[in-house]
Amino acid sequence: MLREWFPNVNMEDMWTATYETLYMTIISVIGTLILGIILGLLLFLTEKNNLWQNRFLNSITAAVVNIFRAIPFIILILLLFPFTDFLMGTIRGPNAALPALIIGAAPFYARLVEIAFKEVDKGVIEAAKSMGAKTHTIIFKVLLPESMPALISGLTVTAIALISYTAMAGVIGAGGLGDLAYMKGFQRRDNDVVFACTVFIVVIVFIFQFIGDALSRKLDKR
Amino acid sequence: MISIKGLSKLYKTKHQDVKAVDNVSLDIKKGEIYGVIGYSGAGKSTFIRLINRLEEPSNGEVLINDTNITGLSVGKLRKERQKIGMIFQHFNLLWSRTVYDNIAFPLEIAGVPSRERRDTVLELIELVGLKGREQAYPSQLSGGQKQRVGIARALANDPDVLLCDEATSALDPETTDDILDLLVSINEKLNLTIIMITHEMHVIQKICHRVAVMDQGKVVEHGDVLDVFVKPQSKTAKRFVQQLSPLEHKQDTLHRFITKDENSEVVKLHFIGNDAKRALITDVIKRFDIEVNILQGSISPTQEGAYGTLYVELKGAANTIQETTQYIRTSGVEVEVIRDVT
Repeated sequence: MLREWFPNVNMEDMWTATYETLYMTIISVIGTLILGIILGLLLFLTEKNNLWQNRFLNSITAAVVNIFRAIPFIILILLLFPFTDFLMGTIRGPNAALPALIIGAAPFYARLVEIAFKEVDKGVIEAAKSMGAKTHTIIFKVLLPESMPALISGLTVTAIALISYTAMAGVIGAGGLGDLAYMKGFQRRDNDVVFACTVFIVVIVFIFQFIGDALSRKLDKR
Repeated sequence: MISIKGLSKLYKTKHQDVKAVDNVSLDIKKGEIYGVIGYSGAGKSTFIRLINRLEEPSNGEVLINDTNITGLSVGKLRKERQKIGMIFQHFNLLWSRTVYDNIAFPLEIAGVPSRERRDTVLELIELVGLKGREQAYPSQLSGGQKQRVGIARALANDPDVLLCDEATSALDPETTDDILDLLVSINEKLNLTIIMITHEMHVIQKICHRVAVMDQGKVVEHGDVLDVFVKPQSKTAKRFVQQLSPLEHKQDTLHRFITKDENSEVVKLHFIGNDAKRALITDVIKRFDIEVNILQGSISPTQEGAYGTLYVELKGAANTIQETTQYIRTSGVEVEVIRDVT
């Protein structure tokens, strides 16, 4: 029956594409997590009346974050071509998509991280200070653990945005389910391939959402 | 032990400068429970934060055991803060950590190895009466239990001073008393100096040895709790004392007993310490040809002994009334003749 409904779908291609999509998503989520937390911390700590209060650094970070968040992803990939070529030695395939994916998603996640940190009870930070905690202790033992559920659910939202970014990156040859849907499906008018790819992506999104929700709930002891 | 000299905190805003704390000088003895009372906005919360420099003072000095806190570098201040415990109105526990891990937190900060931490934490859990709740998260505890965790956490590094910022203000009256009892027992057991910020006179009365009354950033009155209770000088102190026993100070009910008749006199008697337990009235009636009409009275226990007031109407010959008040005075009870109601 599946043969009848999806005559043009090659399962081997599908699994390869799925693997590529997952590969791009997972690596870029890790990159986004690291870069986003660093940027988010910088945004938060350099704010007025905070630990590293620094107006100059705060404005610079905010400007960078806002600019990269404003650029549409498809244009960002094009803009980053020279950088990608320099960094990865190629502009095709899943690896070539990574710099654009991370640079596109990290500023978005950074804002979510900043919001998560702002939600941490000021009194708890004050209590840590009153015990003689250093800034790095406050970051690693108060800010991060106390905002963990928000950091996780923010990362889930970002990961799902990244899945859709990988599909867009696919259109310009990054591989993955988006690439497959566009090249083999749309270009050849094989709508069954487009539909199959869509189903796969939706399933991946659901799985990410489920894992993110479960993790966030498990960590939240409030 | 703690010496505070000319401590001030100035907040600069666009339109005007606000003196949150204005030239406060206090001396606090070792092992003492020192209360600071004031209405909200009096600057008491800022004041307690100046002591461990959670807020930087604009002026003045804080000396703890001859260490000048105000002159310390950031690094040395951090070390010194480990010896200054602090508890908060809203407990400020880490929700992500269990009771055990919350209490272990200051030990982690101080760099105590985890094996040694264990003994200290278990000892503290025992001390504050939370045995069996080690693995609970703060969200599973009641307010009183949360404050017990806060207290255990503040004591973890064996501090010299405990700063309490409205520590009982978020608790119901019964729990407040439990926490106050715990603080007194810790004060006695560890000879710990405690500075207590509050807006409840009840707290001062129950556990403090000495008290300072703050208003608009200034200390308007300070001294032994009993003295301030018996003879509040400032308007603010008077209002706080009234807050404690509103009935006693409702003098308008006395109004109809106060007459121009010289054979009747309304007097207020102050009993302090052991005098409060004496049968003075019986004594007076036996000695003098006089009628005593008890109008109203109250007795309040404080850390330094009981303190009571009694309003009575004395009826008899004018000179007998004179003699009686004289006699009561010589027996050590203070007498205040009330002629008009204010």
